[in-house]
Amino acid sequence: MFYRLSGVHHTRYQSARQLWPIPADRRIVWGLLALALLGPLILSDLYLSSYALPWLVWTAAALSLTLLMGVAGQLHFGFAAVMAIGAYTSIHIVRAGWPFEIALIGAGLTTAVIGCVFGAAALRVKGLYLVMATLAMQYLVDWVIINVPAISGGAQATLQTPDVRFLFVPLESDISLYYGALLWTVIVTVFVLNIKRTSFGRALVAVRDKDYAASIIGVNSFKYKLLAFFTSSFLGGVSGAILAFCYYQAVTPEQFGFNVSIQLVAMVLVGGLGSVVGAYLGAGFVLLAPIFLTNFVAFLSNQGLLDVSTNLLSHIPLMAYGALIIGFLLFEPLGLAKIYDNIRNYFLVWPFRHSRS
Amino acid sequence: MTFTYFLELLINGALTGLMYSLVALGIVLIYKSAGVPNLAQGAMVMLAAYLAWMFTTMMGIPLYVSIALSVVAMFLFGLLAERVLLRRMVGQPIIMIVMLTLGLEIFLRGLAPGVLGSSPKSLELGIGLAPLIVGDIFINRAYLVGAIVALVLIGLSLLFFRTHLGTKLRAVSDDHISSWSVGISVERAIGISWGLAGISAVAAGVLWGSVQGVDWTLSSLLFPAIAVVILGGLDSIWGVLVGGLIVGILGSVIPGVLDPIVGGGTRNVVTSLVILLTILVRPHGIFGREDIERV
Repeated sequence: MFYRLSGVHHTRYQSARQLWPIPADRRIVWGLLALALLGPLILSDLYLSSYALPWLVWTAAALSLTLLMGVAGQLHFGFAAVMAIGAYTSIHIVRAGWPFEIALIGAGLTTAVIGCVFGAAALRVKGLYLVMATLAMQYLVDWVIINVPAISGGAQATLQTPDVRFLFVPLESDISLYYGALLWTVIVTVFVLNIKRTSFGRALVAVRDKDYAASIIGVNSFKYKLLAFFTSSFLGGVSGAILAFCYYQAVTPEQFGFNVSIQLVAMVLVGGLGSVVGAYLGAGFVLLAPIFLTNFVAFLSNQGLLDVSTNLLSHIPLMAYGALIIGFLLFEPLGLAKIYDNIRNYFLVWPFRHSRS
Repeated sequence: MTFTYFLELLINGALTGLMYSLVALGIVLIYKSAGVPNLAQGAMVMLAAYLAWMFTTMMGIPLYVSIALSVVAMFLFGLLAERVLLRRMVGQPIIMIVMLTLGLEIFLRGLAPGVLGSSPKSLELGIGLAPLIVGDIFINRAYLVGAIVALVLIGLSLLFFRTHLGTKLRAVSDDHISSWSVGISVERAIGISWGLAGISAVAAGVLWGSVQGVDWTLSSLLFPAIAVVILGGLDSIWGVLVGGLIVGILGSVIPGVLDPIVGGGTRNVVTSLVILLTILVRPHGIFGREDIERV
């Protein structure tokens, strides 16, 4: 009923192959885009800049990671380091007097090149060993950033982002920052959605499913593994730069520590590996669920309904976040994207019970 | 740098390394039987230390009784973790299992400090702070005790794998399906290995807790422990011993030389480099079994 399939007849390959062949899906996407564009009118400044904006930027980061982990099947536990490289590079390029647009591209390219070094480990090992190798590289990058004063501006330093203009619009007010983040997230979303439909994306999927088998049918698995690291690091680096300029507005090495890498992997897994919808849902869930839970418990304890010490209260986000990861892996390993898919499938054939796909 | 200073770094590094082995032993015990890389071992060490602290300081139970109580509690915790969490994950891709143990790690890191207090607590073992002086070399007494305990536990694990139960565990580590077919309960064997990892976590937690205080930072022992198991081989008890010595010595001598020059923090870099180089040169480690993949 909601996703009416009757009357949807594709008579040309072009229309059958479009991103959303079902009109209802298209309407939902346009509706969500309109909502996102109207965000500054709907949401108060607080919600806009401390909930919606980070959600968008982290979604872009999760999308970059899901391209690598979900589509190409290369595990990466050092993605926060990749974002850190992007953030620091963009700040230094802007400080050197170049425009912000070039800084973003420069940050992406630098990150992509360094990201390929992470990928070099992937050429030799996979699975658990790749996890350990990328984890070790996360520590190495952290250490280099902290201990090279030319990058971090000295130990324990905070690097303020300079004021910049993007396409002649100064990124100063909350609203312009929000639109900057939204633009980047939309670009990444469209990119990742489309990459799955290209020969490049299909080659990545082949390498993910079995790299030997892919080599046998003529997919150069070395090349595509490295390309996957290159592309995903590029997107991750620019996301890191956007995160620094639009959200934090000052960077310290701690903002890109090992825990952030785990958080990104959690977003991808909670959302569902390789799913674009999943990246949105996962980023929102992992970012916001612990905050809301803490606020809820704090509210209960303020009302005198629950006796919670401040110490316990400050550890609730950590517990909630751990329990969230465990819960999803145990009960819905395919993540929020699968839950969305189940609901959608239910409504696709609504008065009836079973859909074909 | 004088030779004595070098020797002091070497010996204390070796002792620290043996204490890392204590943490790493738990990871190997689980990986050997279940093939699961337990990234929650650091948090289990922390939990064990918190339990021991809770029994002695909060409840006033004598030290040795409370250690025995912690051993029982952590054994049960291991069994429980396997039964409730890991058994459901059999057959899932490795990323799911790694993330599950990391989720457990994060959860425990919130739970124990959240309930029992996050400020550092001291766990007094009665070892004494005065260093042991041999010739001109100062040896940290607590590390010495830790190293001896580590050697004893590693020896016991080697012996354990020669007992009846240990043989079963070895069979399980070889092949799950053929173990089932000869009547070995694979589930129980894996559960027991988790329980044993819990016990080794108590030893590590109590000793490290007495050295650096009981708080959440104990869980970050996971990182050197990972270096130890990767270097030594994920499924080798001997690897734990050798890997621990190497990681400990490198992590003590190299920072001893380089830290004054580059300004600190090189120990983590050494640990990362050990992991990276091992994986690039010999992924299965020194003593580990090389898995041959079939298409």
